[in-house]
Amino acid sequence: MDAVVPQHRLLVVDDSNVIRRRIERANEIPQIEVIGAARDGVEALEMHSQLRPTLVTMDLTMPQMGGTECVSKLMQRDPQLRILVISALADKLTAIEALENGASGFLCKPFTDRQLNEALRKLIGVE
Amino acid sequence: MTLESEVGVFVTGVLHYFGTAVHQPAQCGTPHLALSERPEISDYTGVVQISGRRVGMVAFTAPKSMLSVMLMRMQETDMSHENLCDLVGEIANTLSGNARRDFGQQFHISVPSILSGREHKIEYPQASRPIVIPIEWRNYHARLIVCLQ
Repeated sequence: MDAVVPQHRLLVVDDSNVIRRRIERANEIPQIEVIGAARDGVEALEMHSQLRPTLVTMDLTMPQMGGTECVSKLMQRDPQLRILVISALADKLTAIEALENGASGFLCKPFTDRQLNEALRKLIGVE
Repeated sequence: MTLESEVGVFVTGVLHYFGTAVHQPAQCGTPHLALSERPEISDYTGVVQISGRRVGMVAFTAPKSMLSVMLMRMQETDMSHENLCDLVGEIANTLSGNARRDFGQQFHISVPSILSGREHKIEYPQASRPIVIPIEWRNYHARLIVCLQ
């Protein structure tokens, strides 16, 4: 069988190293390649300029610049970007706000590997 | 919400966290008011400050051995001090953030601060008495300390 060439380039944004590494390890979707990881919104904007990801997973509660502001800035720069917000903030209004800001999906922490992969599949339109 | 239902929110959050993040259920003991004004803490403690409609703090405190096993269960190979600090902060953040499902969006949570070592003292809101939720996971003992005004 031919190997699937990754078409989607994922930037992981979270202030937790444990979560960043977990997302990198758990991704089992051959179409998605993890190309980098950022610790906060400021670093995410820098890495976006350098790496040009097509997908982003975004935490909300982070130092320097939080996820809500970062999602808005990234979407202004690159409206085609698909962003999955992964946050512990479990209230409905936060999820709605993230989607209104331009995020394409919302996954609540804690999550299983299966839930993460399902959310990533939805993000790229693969069931 | 009554005090009982507020404590229930955090107990539910703890049970959900362990069942999901490390695929092994935890048990919560009977929540109780702290015997002293400053309850003892363990090797690592993550503290989240609460502001907005409620003011106070939520702290998760656990022994090093427990956090190391939790990292292993997450397939993490790096058991460094930095990663143990990271995990305890992430747990405090997740348990506080999940509580917004019931407390609402005006339950603002800070980025967690981390205490390493048992000699530290957590600053609690004045004239308040923390509630301690004992947590048992495998043979390890941790605590969630909640103090809200």
